[in-house]
Amino acid sequence: MTKKQIFITSAFTENSVWRQILGICSALAVTNLMMNSLIMGLGVTFSLALSGFTISLIRNWTPRSVRMMVQTLIIAAYVIIVDIFLKANMPDISKQLGPYVGLIITNCILMGRAEAFASQNTPLDSMIDGIGAGVGYSLVLLLIGFIRELFGFGSIFGIKVLGAWWTPWSIMVMAPSAFFILAMLIWIINIKYYKSKG
Amino acid sequence: MDISAFVLFWAAIFTSNILLTNFLGMCSYLSVSREVESSFGLGVAVIFVLTVTAGLNWLVYHLILVPYNIVYLQYIVFIIVIAAFVQFLELVIERYAPALYYTLGIFLPLITVNCAIFGVSLFLVIRNYSFLQSISFGAGSGIGWLLAILMLAAIRRKLKEKLVPQGLQGVGISLIITGIMALAFVGFSGIVQIQ
Repeated sequence: MTKKQIFITSAFTENSVWRQILGICSALAVTNLMMNSLIMGLGVTFSLALSGFTISLIRNWTPRSVRMMVQTLIIAAYVIIVDIFLKANMPDISKQLGPYVGLIITNCILMGRAEAFASQNTPLDSMIDGIGAGVGYSLVLLLIGFIRELFGFGSIFGIKVLGAWWTPWSIMVMAPSAFFILAMLIWIINIKYYKSKG
Repeated sequence: MDISAFVLFWAAIFTSNILLTNFLGMCSYLSVSREVESSFGLGVAVIFVLTVTAGLNWLVYHLILVPYNIVYLQYIVFIIVIAAFVQFLELVIERYAPALYYTLGIFLPLITVNCAIFGVSLFLVIRNYSFLQSISFGAGSGIGWLLAILMLAAIRRKLKEKLVPQGLQGVGISLIITGIMALAFVGFSGIVQIQ
Protein backbone atom coordinates (compact mmCIF):
# COMPACT_ATOMS: atom_id res chain seq x y z
CA MET A 1 0.00 0.00 0.00
CA THR A 2 1.18 3.50 -0.73
CA LYS A 3 1.29 6.14 2.00
CA LYS A 4 -1.80 7.81 0.60
CA GLN A 5 -3.78 4.56 0.59
CA ILE A 6 -2.83 3.89 4.19
CA PHE A 7 -4.10 7.33 5.17
CA ILE A 8 -7.40 7.03 3.27
CA THR A 9 -8.05 3.52 4.60
CA SER A 10 -7.54 4.37 8.23
CA ALA A 11 -9.25 7.77 8.06
CA PHE A 12 -12.34 6.94 6.01
CA THR A 13 -13.02 3.45 4.70
CA GLU A 14 -12.05 1.76 7.97
CA ASN A 15 -12.91 4.72 10.22
CA SER A 16 -12.56 3.57 13.81
CA VAL A 17 -15.71 5.20 15.10
CA TRP A 18 -18.36 4.28 12.57
CA ARG A 19 -16.96 1.11 11.00
CA GLN A 20 -15.37 -0.50 14.04
CA ILE A 21 -17.24 1.28 16.87
CA LEU A 22 -14.08 1.93 18.83
CA GLY A 23 -13.29 4.80 21.15
CA ILE A 24 -16.79 6.15 21.40
CA CYS A 25 -16.56 6.95 25.13
CA SER A 26 -14.84 10.23 24.44
CA ALA A 27 -16.62 10.71 21.12
CA LEU A 28 -19.81 11.04 23.12
CA ALA A 29 -18.54 12.84 26.20
CA VAL A 30 -16.68 15.85 24.84
CA THR A 31 -18.82 16.70 21.84
CA ASN A 32 -21.20 19.21 23.46
CA LEU A 33 -18.89 21.99 22.23
CA MET A 34 -16.99 22.07 18.95
CA MET A 35 -13.87 23.58 20.53
CA ASN A 36 -13.65 20.66 22.96
CA SER A 37 -14.13 18.21 20.09
CA LEU A 38 -11.34 19.85 18.09
CA ILE A 39 -8.86 19.83 20.98
CA MET A 40 -9.75 16.24 21.86
CA GLY A 41 -9.32 15.23 18.20
CA LEU A 42 -5.93 16.90 18.02
CA GLY A 43 -4.83 15.27 21.26
CA VAL A 44 -5.86 11.83 20.04
CA THR A 45 -4.21 12.38 16.64
CA PHE A 46 -0.95 13.42 18.32
CA SER A 47 -0.94 10.41 20.64
CA LEU A 48 -1.93 8.03 17.83
CA ALA A 49 0.75 9.25 15.41
CA LEU A 50 3.63 9.27 17.87
CA SER A 51 2.68 6.12 19.75
CA GLY A 52 2.30 4.33 16.41
CA PHE A 53 5.76 5.53 15.40
CA THR A 54 7.39 4.51 18.69
CA ILE A 55 5.67 1.14 19.00
CA SER A 56 6.64 0.31 15.44
CA LEU A 57 10.23 1.42 16.08
CA ILE A 58 10.72 -1.09 18.89
CA ARG A 59 8.40 -3.80 17.54
CA ASN A 60 11.25 -6.21 16.80
CA TRP A 61 12.68 -5.97 20.30
CA THR A 62 9.43 -6.19 22.22
CA PRO A 63 8.81 -9.67 23.68
CA ARG A 64 5.31 -10.83 22.77
CA SER A 65 4.36 -11.59 26.35
CA VAL A 66 4.77 -8.02 27.65
CA ARG A 67 3.70 -6.38 24.38
CA MET A 68 0.42 -4.99 25.72
CA MET A 69 2.03 -3.46 28.77
CA VAL A 70 4.77 -1.84 26.69
CA GLN A 71 2.20 -0.41 24.28
CA THR A 72 0.08 0.96 27.10
CA LEU A 73 3.07 2.63 28.74
CA ILE A 74 4.17 4.24 25.47
CA ILE A 75 0.65 5.52 24.86
CA ALA A 76 0.42 6.78 28.43
CA ALA A 77 3.67 8.70 28.05
CA TYR A 78 2.33 10.63 25.05
CA VAL A 79 -1.03 11.24 26.71
CA ILE A 80 0.80 12.75 29.70
CA ILE A 81 2.51 15.15 27.27
CA VAL A 82 -0.88 16.15 25.84
CA ASP A 83 -2.29 16.60 29.35
CA ILE A 84 0.58 18.76 30.58
CA PHE A 85 0.47 20.84 27.40
CA LEU A 86 -3.26 21.48 27.80
CA LYS A 87 -2.94 22.30 31.50
CA ALA A 88 -0.20 24.82 30.77
CA ASN A 89 -1.63 26.48 27.67
CA MET A 90 -5.39 26.02 27.74
CA PRO A 91 -6.39 25.65 31.40
CA ASP A 92 -10.09 26.30 30.69
CA ILE A 93 -10.40 23.58 28.08
CA SER A 94 -8.29 21.22 30.17
CA LYS A 95 -10.74 21.72 33.02
CA GLN A 96 -13.76 21.09 30.79
CA LEU A 97 -12.28 17.94 29.28
CA GLY A 98 -11.46 16.79 32.81
CA PRO A 99 -10.72 13.09 33.01
CA TYR A 100 -11.35 12.52 29.32
CA VAL A 101 -7.80 13.61 28.38
CA GLY A 102 -6.38 10.88 30.61
CA LEU A 103 -8.94 8.48 29.23
CA ILE A 104 -7.26 8.68 25.81
CA ILE A 105 -5.01 5.95 27.25
CA THR A 106 -7.86 3.48 27.49
CA ASN A 107 -9.38 4.67 24.21
CA CYS A 108 -9.67 1.46 22.23
CA ILE A 109 -8.58 3.20 19.02
CA LEU A 110 -5.03 3.59 20.29
CA MET A 111 -4.62 -0.01 21.39
CA GLY A 112 -6.45 -1.11 18.26
CA ARG A 113 -4.10 0.69 15.87
CA ALA A 114 -1.06 -0.39 17.91
CA GLU A 115 -2.09 -4.05 17.72
CA ALA A 116 -3.48 -4.08 14.19
CA PHE A 117 -1.01 -1.85 12.42
CA ALA A 118 2.00 -0.51 14.31
CA SER A 119 3.18 -3.89 15.57
CA GLN A 120 3.60 -5.16 12.00
CA ASN A 121 4.57 -2.16 9.87
CA THR A 122 7.43 0.30 9.47
CA PRO A 123 7.58 3.37 11.74
CA LEU A 124 6.72 5.89 9.02
CA ASP A 125 3.75 3.90 7.75
CA SER A 126 2.49 3.48 11.31
CA MET A 127 2.73 7.19 11.88
CA ILE A 128 0.70 7.90 8.75
CA ASP A 129 -1.82 5.27 9.79
CA GLY A 130 -2.03 6.93 13.20
CA ILE A 131 -2.58 10.37 11.68
CA GLY A 132 -5.23 8.91 9.39
CA ALA A 133 -7.09 7.24 12.23
CA GLY A 134 -6.80 10.44 14.26
CA VAL A 135 -8.15 12.59 11.44
CA GLY A 136 -11.06 10.22 10.87
CA TYR A 137 -11.81 10.27 14.59
CA SER A 138 -11.60 14.08 14.76
CA LEU A 139 -13.96 14.47 11.83
CA VAL A 140 -16.61 12.34 13.52
CA LEU A 141 -16.17 14.30 16.75
CA LEU A 142 -16.46 17.62 14.95
CA LEU A 143 -19.58 16.49 13.10
CA ILE A 144 -21.33 15.39 16.31
CA GLY A 145 -20.05 18.54 18.06
CA PHE A 146 -21.38 20.70 15.23
CA ILE A 147 -24.91 19.31 15.54
CA ARG A 148 -24.94 19.45 19.34
CA GLU A 149 -23.49 22.94 19.68
CA LEU A 150 -25.63 24.40 16.88
CA PHE A 151 -28.91 23.16 18.34
CA GLY A 152 -27.89 23.24 22.01
CA PHE A 153 -26.32 26.71 22.16
CA GLY A 154 -27.08 28.23 18.74
CA SER A 155 -23.39 28.73 18.14
CA ILE A 156 -20.40 27.28 16.25
CA PHE A 157 -16.98 27.37 17.96
CA GLY A 158 -18.55 29.70 20.54
CA ILE A 159 -19.67 32.24 17.91
CA LYS A 160 -23.41 32.85 17.88
CA VAL A 161 -24.85 31.99 14.46
CA LEU A 162 -28.49 31.57 15.34
CA GLY A 163 -30.03 34.82 16.57
CA ALA A 164 -32.01 35.59 19.68
CA TRP A 165 -35.11 34.00 18.14
CA TRP A 166 -33.55 30.58 18.57
CA THR A 167 -34.62 28.63 21.65
CA PRO A 168 -31.72 26.32 22.57
CA TRP A 169 -32.61 22.65 22.80
CA SER A 170 -31.23 21.80 26.21
CA ILE A 171 -31.52 18.09 25.37
CA MET A 172 -28.65 18.57 22.91
CA VAL A 173 -26.32 19.59 25.73
CA MET A 174 -27.26 16.55 27.81
CA ALA A 175 -26.10 12.97 27.50
CA PRO A 176 -29.00 11.31 25.61
CA SER A 177 -28.60 13.41 22.45
CA ALA A 178 -25.05 12.14 22.01
CA PHE A 179 -26.31 8.56 21.85
CA PHE A 180 -29.06 9.45 19.40
CA ILE A 181 -26.82 11.45 17.07
CA LEU A 182 -24.14 8.78 16.96
CA ALA A 183 -26.81 6.15 16.26
CA MET A 184 -28.19 8.25 13.40
CA LEU A 185 -24.70 8.72 11.94
CA ILE A 186 -24.06 4.99 12.05
CA TRP A 187 -27.43 4.39 10.45
CA ILE A 188 -26.72 6.75 7.55
CA ILE A 189 -23.24 5.32 7.01
CA ASN A 190 -24.60 1.76 7.09
CA ILE A 191 -27.31 2.55 4.53
CA LYS A 192 -24.63 3.93 2.21
CA TYR A 193 -22.44 0.89 2.90
CA TYR A 194 -25.19 -1.64 2.11
CA LYS A 195 -26.16 0.30 -1.03
CA SER A 196 -22.59 0.30 -2.33
CA LYS A 197 -22.41 -3.44 -1.72
CA GLY A 198 -25.63 -3.87 -3.69
CA MET B 1 -15.94 18.17 48.93
CA ASP B 2 -18.24 17.59 51.87
CA ILE B 3 -20.88 15.29 50.53
CA SER B 4 -21.59 12.19 52.54
CA ALA B 5 -20.29 8.91 51.21
CA PHE B 6 -23.77 7.45 51.40
CA VAL B 7 -25.28 10.14 49.19
CA LEU B 8 -22.38 9.75 46.79
CA PHE B 9 -23.06 6.04 46.51
CA TRP B 10 -26.66 6.57 45.36
CA ALA B 11 -25.72 9.53 43.20
CA ALA B 12 -23.16 7.39 41.37
CA ILE B 13 -25.84 4.81 40.59
CA PHE B 14 -28.65 7.10 39.50
CA THR B 15 -27.99 10.81 39.00
CA SER B 16 -24.55 10.53 37.44
CA ASN B 17 -24.54 7.00 36.14
CA ILE B 18 -21.05 6.20 34.94
CA LEU B 19 -22.31 4.97 31.56
CA LEU B 20 -25.47 6.89 30.86
CA THR B 21 -24.23 10.34 31.83
CA ASN B 22 -20.44 10.00 31.71
CA PHE B 23 -20.19 7.60 28.75
CA LEU B 24 -17.53 5.44 30.39
CA GLY B 25 -17.16 1.75 29.66
CA MET B 26 -18.97 1.88 26.33
CA CYS B 27 -16.78 -0.60 24.43
CA SER B 28 -17.43 -3.65 26.58
CA TYR B 29 -20.98 -2.44 27.23
CA LEU B 30 -21.82 -2.70 23.53
CA SER B 31 -19.93 -5.90 22.81
CA VAL B 32 -20.87 -8.02 25.85
CA SER B 33 -24.55 -7.03 26.11
CA ARG B 34 -25.64 -9.75 23.66
CA GLU B 35 -26.43 -12.10 26.55
CA VAL B 36 -27.91 -11.39 29.94
CA GLU B 37 -25.81 -14.02 31.75
CA SER B 38 -22.45 -12.76 30.55
CA SER B 39 -23.52 -9.16 31.13
CA PHE B 40 -24.25 -10.02 34.72
CA GLY B 41 -20.90 -11.79 35.12
CA LEU B 42 -18.96 -8.87 33.70
CA GLY B 43 -20.99 -6.40 35.75
CA VAL B 44 -20.21 -8.18 39.01
CA ALA B 45 -16.52 -8.30 38.12
CA VAL B 46 -16.62 -4.57 37.32
CA ILE B 47 -18.23 -3.72 40.68
CA PHE B 48 -15.57 -5.64 42.56
CA VAL B 49 -12.58 -4.33 40.62
CA LEU B 50 -13.94 -0.78 40.60
CA THR B 51 -14.44 -0.67 44.36
CA VAL B 52 -11.02 -2.07 45.17
CA THR B 53 -9.04 -0.08 42.58
CA ALA B 54 -10.76 3.15 43.62
CA GLY B 55 -9.49 2.55 47.17
CA LEU B 56 -6.04 1.40 46.01
CA ASN B 57 -5.57 4.32 43.66
CA TRP B 58 -6.67 6.78 46.33
CA LEU B 59 -4.05 5.36 48.68
CA VAL B 60 -1.36 5.38 46.00
CA TYR B 61 -2.20 8.94 45.01
CA HIS B 62 -2.29 10.43 48.50
CA LEU B 63 0.45 8.35 50.14
CA ILE B 64 2.96 8.08 47.29
CA LEU B 65 2.34 10.46 44.41
CA VAL B 66 1.56 13.61 46.41
CA PRO B 67 4.32 13.33 49.07
CA TYR B 68 6.99 12.62 46.44
CA ASN B 69 5.63 15.32 44.12
CA ILE B 70 5.21 13.03 41.10
CA VAL B 71 1.53 13.68 40.48
CA TYR B 72 2.17 14.00 36.74
CA LEU B 73 2.83 10.24 36.66
CA GLN B 74 -0.71 9.49 37.88
CA TYR B 75 -1.94 8.07 34.54
CA ILE B 76 0.86 5.53 34.24
CA VAL B 77 0.69 4.59 37.92
CA PHE B 78 -3.11 4.17 37.91
CA ILE B 79 -2.98 1.97 34.82
CA ILE B 80 -0.28 -0.20 36.35
CA VAL B 81 -2.20 -0.54 39.63
CA ILE B 82 -5.35 -1.57 37.77
CA ALA B 83 -3.55 -4.03 35.49
CA ALA B 84 -1.61 -5.53 38.39
CA PHE B 85 -4.70 -5.91 40.54
CA VAL B 86 -6.68 -7.59 37.76
CA GLN B 87 -3.78 -9.96 37.08
CA PHE B 88 -3.50 -10.76 40.78
CA LEU B 89 -7.24 -11.32 41.06
CA GLU B 90 -7.13 -13.69 38.10
CA LEU B 91 -4.40 -15.77 39.75
CA VAL B 92 -6.22 -15.91 43.09
CA ILE B 93 -9.56 -16.87 41.59
CA GLU B 94 -7.98 -19.51 39.38
CA ARG B 95 -6.18 -21.05 42.36
CA TYR B 96 -8.91 -20.92 45.02
CA ALA B 97 -12.23 -20.78 43.18
CA PRO B 98 -11.95 -22.65 39.88
CA ALA B 99 -15.73 -22.68 39.41
CA LEU B 100 -15.88 -18.92 39.69
CA TYR B 101 -12.88 -18.69 37.36
CA TYR B 102 -14.74 -20.41 34.56
CA THR B 103 -17.68 -18.01 34.79
CA LEU B 104 -15.82 -14.82 35.63
CA GLY B 105 -12.29 -15.49 34.41
CA ILE B 106 -12.85 -14.69 30.77
CA PHE B 107 -14.09 -11.21 31.69
CA LEU B 108 -11.11 -10.19 33.75
CA PRO B 109 -8.75 -9.28 30.88
CA LEU B 110 -11.58 -7.18 29.40
CA ILE B 111 -11.74 -5.17 32.59
CA THR B 112 -8.20 -3.81 32.35
CA VAL B 113 -9.17 -1.89 29.23
CA ASN B 114 -12.61 -0.88 30.51
CA CYS B 115 -12.43 2.90 30.68
CA ALA B 116 -14.96 3.01 33.52
CA ILE B 117 -12.32 1.63 35.91
CA PHE B 118 -9.66 4.13 34.89
CA GLY B 119 -12.21 6.96 34.64
CA VAL B 120 -13.39 6.51 38.23
CA SER B 121 -9.79 6.72 39.46
CA LEU B 122 -9.37 9.99 37.56
CA PHE B 123 -12.68 11.38 38.84
CA LEU B 124 -11.77 10.81 42.45
CA VAL B 125 -8.55 12.76 42.02
CA ILE B 126 -10.17 15.61 40.10
CA ARG B 127 -13.09 15.92 42.51
CA ASN B 128 -10.85 15.55 45.55
CA TYR B 129 -12.79 12.77 47.28
CA SER B 130 -11.82 11.35 50.65
CA PHE B 131 -10.96 7.66 51.01
CA LEU B 132 -14.45 6.68 52.13
CA GLN B 133 -16.07 8.78 49.42
CA SER B 134 -13.81 7.17 46.81
CA ILE B 135 -14.78 3.65 47.79
CA SER B 136 -18.49 4.40 47.86
CA PHE B 137 -18.23 6.27 44.57
CA GLY B 138 -16.41 3.29 43.06
CA ALA B 139 -18.99 0.79 44.33
CA GLY B 140 -21.89 2.99 43.22
CA SER B 141 -20.41 3.47 39.77
CA GLY B 142 -19.95 -0.27 39.40
CA ILE B 143 -23.55 -0.98 40.39
CA GLY B 144 -24.73 1.75 38.02
CA TRP B 145 -22.76 0.14 35.21
CA LEU B 146 -24.18 -3.31 35.99
CA LEU B 147 -27.67 -1.81 35.96
CA ALA B 148 -27.13 -0.22 32.55
CA ILE B 149 -25.64 -3.30 30.89
CA LEU B 150 -28.32 -5.60 32.36
CA MET B 151 -31.10 -3.37 31.05
CA LEU B 152 -29.58 -3.24 27.58
CA ALA B 153 -28.98 -7.00 27.51
CA ALA B 154 -32.56 -7.70 28.55
CA ILE B 155 -33.97 -5.36 25.92
CA ARG B 156 -31.70 -6.79 23.23
CA ARG B 157 -32.94 -10.29 24.04
CA LYS B 158 -36.49 -9.12 23.34
CA LEU B 159 -35.33 -7.38 20.18
CA LYS B 160 -33.99 -10.60 18.68
CA GLU B 161 -37.42 -11.55 17.35
CA LYS B 162 -38.28 -8.04 16.18
CA LEU B 163 -37.67 -6.48 12.81
CA VAL B 164 -34.98 -3.81 12.95
CA PRO B 165 -34.02 -1.73 9.89
CA GLN B 166 -30.95 -3.26 8.29
CA GLY B 167 -28.70 -0.25 8.82
CA LEU B 168 -29.59 0.01 12.49
CA GLN B 169 -28.96 -3.61 13.43
CA GLY B 170 -26.37 -4.23 16.15
CA VAL B 171 -24.71 -1.11 17.41
CA GLY B 172 -27.15 1.40 15.96
CA ILE B 173 -30.20 0.10 17.77
CA SER B 174 -28.17 -0.44 20.96
CA LEU B 175 -27.17 3.22 20.94
CA ILE B 176 -30.74 4.36 20.47
CA ILE B 177 -31.92 2.16 23.36
CA THR B 178 -29.08 3.55 25.48
CA GLY B 179 -30.17 7.07 24.54
CA ILE B 180 -33.71 6.36 25.71
CA MET B 181 -32.38 4.86 28.96
CA ALA B 182 -30.20 7.94 29.42
CA LEU B 183 -33.31 10.11 28.92
CA ALA B 184 -35.02 8.21 31.71
CA PHE B 185 -32.02 8.72 33.97
CA VAL B 186 -32.07 12.46 33.27
CA GLY B 187 -35.24 12.35 35.39
CA PHE B 188 -33.11 11.56 38.48
CA SER B 189 -30.66 14.38 37.86
CA GLY B 190 -32.37 17.06 39.95
CA ILE B 191 -32.14 15.07 43.17
CA VAL B 192 -28.48 15.62 43.98
CA GLN B 193 -25.53 17.27 42.23
CA ILE B 194 -22.11 15.74 42.69
CA GLN B 195 -20.00 17.48 40.10
